[in-house]
Amino acid sequence: MGSHFELLSEQGLRLDGRRPHELRHIKCKLGVFEKPDGSAYMEQGNTKVLAAVYGPHQAKGKKTESNDVVINCQYSQATFSTAERKNRPRGDRKSLEFKMYLQQSLSAAIKSELYPRSQIDIYVEVLQADGANYAVALNAATLALIDAGICLNEFIVACTASLSKANIPLTDISHIEEVSGGPMLTVAALPNAEKIAFIEMSERFHIDHLETVIETAMAGCREIRDILEAAVKEHLLHMGSAADWARVG
Amino acid sequence: MAYVALSDAEKTFILHGVEEDFRCDGRSRRDYRPMELETGLVSNASGSARLRLANTDILVGVKTEIEVPDPLTPEFGKLEFFVDCSANATPEFEGRGGSDLAQELVLSLQNAYESPLAFDYRTLCLIPGQQCWKLYIDILILECGGNLHDAVSLAAKAALFNTKLPRVTATLLDAGITDLIISDNPYDCTRIGIDTVPLLVTVCKIGDFCLVDPSAEEEVCSTVSMVVSVSMRNGEAFLSGTHLTGGGAMHRDTMRNCLQLGLSIGEHLDTLLAKMLRQEQERVGPKRPKTVGFLK
Repeated sequence: MGSHFELLSEQGLRLDGRRPHELRHIKCKLGVFEKPDGSAYMEQGNTKVLAAVYGPHQAKGKKTESNDVVINCQYSQATFSTAERKNRPRGDRKSLEFKMYLQQSLSAAIKSELYPRSQIDIYVEVLQADGANYAVALNAATLALIDAGICLNEFIVACTASLSKANIPLTDISHIEEVSGGPMLTVAALPNAEKIAFIEMSERFHIDHLETVIETAMAGCREIRDILEAAVKEHLLHMGSAADWARVG
Repeated sequence: MAYVALSDAEKTFILHGVEEDFRCDGRSRRDYRPMELETGLVSNASGSARLRLANTDILVGVKTEIEVPDPLTPEFGKLEFFVDCSANATPEFEGRGGSDLAQELVLSLQNAYESPLAFDYRTLCLIPGQQCWKLYIDILILECGGNLHDAVSLAAKAALFNTKLPRVTATLLDAGITDLIISDNPYDCTRIGIDTVPLLVTVCKIGDFCLVDPSAEEEVCSTVSMVVSVSMRNGEAFLSGTHLTGGGAMHRDTMRNCLQLGLSIGEHLDTLLAKMLRQEQERVGPKRPKTVGFLK
């Protein structure tokens, strides 16, 4: 394999002290803003993302012609989010690519038959980038969609995975591991149905390992799903306690 | 600006409230809405601040770079403002939709900071004519709830206060070339003096009266407002720039009143901000209260 640094120490610990299948610390919050119909903040390690959802509303312009729901995404990254200053927050190739991928993954999760001729706007803003930006952005978008009350088939969550030199799969890749040159696989999945909505791989590894790396990423997805679900339940309990829903719990 | 739909009746209601000196949210004409201010939230930036003024949410990050000073001002460092209106604030900002508003904010900040008496550019100079600091002040607007100018300038000042420049030592090599050594100890750093850094105060004219800190609804009712930039020096408030925004016009007497109001409010605001930032700096370690906002 390539001449990348060893991602795993002899003691079996990663560069930031995690074990191979350990996720970074996740913190999330729903309903952070008032103006959008749904909003969420998500933090995975040092990657921090805000997502806002507007809609469903009447589709604008040319998009009205089709009968289907229009899912409109925008991915932008604050100019101070990376170690090196970015010149512009969006419009570069990476952002356009991520925007397309977001559209693709979210289309798989949204119950599109319920929203004919409507448009749903999903805006994602990365405040601090420290690896797995796409995965965290997608997870934040899922939470914002739930906060907006848009029907989903189920949680769509994304997770990254890599492979160390000793062929040990690693979950949730940080920026330092990304740039160390190891292979990286991003999976967006519907964990309950065990369906994969999106998969992307960079660098290379032997096909024999692909199955294990995908399984590692899926396991990460399931773990993140549980965390998100707990956050949604807590948020609803918090919001609903004012309306006496809490007892139903 | 974010679009707010108001009927004629609602506008009249706001107008009458302003006349009675009792606005919709119970404030008088000289009152500000509650603010939240936090500093040092973004670890990838040299300095950062987040300000929430009622529904207006601003995040500012300051990044630093070493550059060559302009030949015309060899002893001055450089400042560059950049405003990004995030589509999170309103769908109208999608793509390039927010660039006009962003440009307006950048220009008024540049105007206010232009005078070397308002911002001491000499402190950013490392070797005159050869090396200086360039500060990128990147402002991200996350939610619009009116009065963006004031909020942006307050957040920018707080972020400058929070900015830590690593200590730089220069050694003279052969042939007059200087070599810079930048300290890699994160605690070995210098701060920027922010005493004279200007604040913007928007004075908004509704009906026959002037008021400060207009909400998004009040901004719709006003035809013209005046942005006054106030820089404090030796306990006195100085004007470091001003401009009118909006479609209307203003009588000269009204303008004088607006300037007076802006200056006195700016002075008060500056004292409060300085006090708050001092508190923020002193509360370190376990004494530091939990952050209130969504970040962290």
